Amino acid sequence: MAEAFRVLVVDDEGDFRETLVKRLKARKLDVRGSESGQSALDLMEKIAFDVVILDIKMPGMDGITALEEMKKRTPFVEVILLTGHASVEAGIEGMKLGAFDYVMKPVNVDELLEKVREAYERKVIREEQPES
Amino acid sequence: MGEKDYKKLWWKIVFAILGFSLIPLFALGIAIYYQFSVSYTAKIIEDLKTLVENRRSAIDLFFDERISQLVTLAHTHSLSLLTDETNLNVMFNTMQTRSKSFIDIGVIDWKGNHVAYVGPYPELKGVNYKNEEWFQSVLSRGVYISDVFMGFRKFPHFIIAVASRQGDKTWILRATINSDIIDRLVGAAQMGKRGDAFIINKDNMLQTAPRFSGDLLGRPKAPDFSKTVETSVEEIASGSEHSFFSASVINNTRWILVVKEEFGEQLTPLLRARSIAVALCLVGILVIVVGTVLTTRSLMKELIRVDREKAVSDDMVIQSSKMAALGKMAAGIAHEINNPLAVIGEKVGWIRDLLTEEDLGHSTNLKEIDDAARSVQAQVERARKVTHRFLGFARRMEPVREQVDVNRTLNDTVELLGNESRYRNIDIQMELDPNLPRLLSDASQLQQVFINIINNAIDAIDGVIDPSRRGGKIQIRTALLSKTNEILIEISDDGPGISKENIGKIFDPFFTTKEVGKGTGLGLSIVYSIIEKLGGRVTVASKNGKGTTFAISFPVM
Repeated sequence: MAEAFRVLVVDDEGDFRETLVKRLKARKLDVRGSESGQSALDLMEKIAFDVVILDIKMPGMDGITALEEMKKRTPFVEVILLTGHASVEAGIEGMKLGAFDYVMKPVNVDELLEKVREAYERKVIREEQPES
Repeated sequence: MGEKDYKKLWWKIVFAILGFSLIPLFALGIAIYYQFSVSYTAKIIEDLKTLVENRRSAIDLFFDERISQLVTLAHTHSLSLLTDETNLNVMFNTMQTRSKSFIDIGVIDWKGNHVAYVGPYPELKGVNYKNEEWFQSVLSRGVYISDVFMGFRKFPHFIIAVASRQGDKTWILRATINSDIIDRLVGAAQMGKRGDAFIINKDNMLQTAPRFSGDLLGRPKAPDFSKTVETSVEEIASGSEHSFFSASVINNTRWILVVKEEFGEQLTPLLRARSIAVALCLVGILVIVVGTVLTTRSLMKELIRVDREKAVSDDMVIQSSKMAALGKMAAGIAHEINNPLAVIGEKVGWIRDLLTEEDLGHSTNLKEIDDAARSVQAQVERARKVTHRFLGFARRMEPVREQVDVNRTLNDTVELLGNESRYRNIDIQMELDPNLPRLLSDASQLQQVFINIINNAIDAIDGVIDPSRRGGKIQIRTALLSKTNEILIEISDDGPGISKENIGKIFDPFFTTKEVGKGTGLGLSIVYSIIEKLGGRVTVASKNGKGTTFAISFPVM
């Protein structure tokens, strides 16, 4: 049974991103990949995603900037930050900017999947609540 | 600064202080003493001069009076009256009642014949004095006072002769005076126990008998003052004698009054003042030296203490910056490793994902591949733990106040040191209270504390201190003390323990029982200061040979 929501994986490291996408797909997730913050934003114009898995450290537009943009354009989208160098400050900063959680690489794919599900649930709850 | 430098500085300070206090002390003392000495001596000399003149005036007066008496006698009586011995006798008796010094009186005519005589030596009558020196002298001068002589009579006396003229007749009235009256007048000037006074004539022959300075009619045992014209005072030191001499010329005679005062006797008060000054000076020197030494010693102690503290503080700063640098480097490496690790993890995960779709039942190779993949995953997990721990370690360099899970920090630490201890056959047992509340503290600093203590335990067991032992046990225990609301962390080892002499010193900076180069002696002093700063307490219990236990407690807020 397929999950009902769409996920976008944003990471500049091709091998990592593609394999993660493949594995998530094998777990029946509707998931796509994007190699940079800018291309992610462009894609999100065209397709509505529910959850974004976003790497923090990327060349060009870094994860935090991309996060801010995403939250600006589509405030309800949930973002899970990926960090390879365990910079807690960036993680906490991201949380302040509205990210759902942050996860350190290397990731356990099943744990990641759990987090993604939780993120989607929160999105649904928030969307149903009236705007304050 | 080394021991030698401290010694050098000590000496420098002591000499400087001594120099600046003693030199002015001496200078002042000498100046004041000198000033006092000069004034006092001047006063002595003044006093002596006054004395001499005083006595001389008295003697002058005596002579003036005697001469007056005779002159009056001579000029108020005629020769015929005087040559009448009965009259002369009456006159003489009158004179004698007033002044006992007259011995005899006689009249001598211009030819030198002794024509009348009253006195105890009647055989003098008839003696002719024409050729005597004094005879000519008195005729030309009118008055003549002789030097003292023994004469026929064998006791000291002198004569006063007065010439008188009546018409064309000239005659001489001559009296003999007992010189003991002079001796008495002079005696009053013999001051103190060793002062002396005497009269000399112009040939430097004594006319009176001095106390110490010679015999009557001999030479005085003193410098020659016979050429004195004006009253003088001199300080003369010859051989062992050091005296003041004052001389004054006596009118009407060829005599000079000399008074001698002994330097030591007169200046006794001055010398006493000098002794007191010297004694005070010595006491002062003693006080200054003692004071200087004590002050400098405590000064140096302070200096050494401050230097030590600074060295420890500096060392701590170096340690922390080393740790920070190390942490950053570790973070850099970990990060670099983490990225490929992530890829490996994903790829092997993907391999396993794919394998789950296959039927492993009939293929040993596939089973092998799956096993291998699982193993790779496990290793990735293991490596991940290491890199994450390093990254966690680096992260926490800045002092932080956070909710710390003490158990987790202990676990992290033990994992860090796990290999070390296993290699040395040391078994680490953990007894952690699972309900331990969080502590508001700094996790990385706590970790530093635990690392240092556990490292010490490992070294103790391993025989860095006692090479005969190998292998042992370290027990780590945490608990909540409900009575005092404190978290207790106990780290015990079964190493050789700490001796009674050393146990009070282990937290001292630079104290170590390890051989040179193996220990800085700072590990436990850093532990102590961190615990203190975080508001906790640390105690150590140990028995020689039976192991050591460190007990750390923090109050729970």
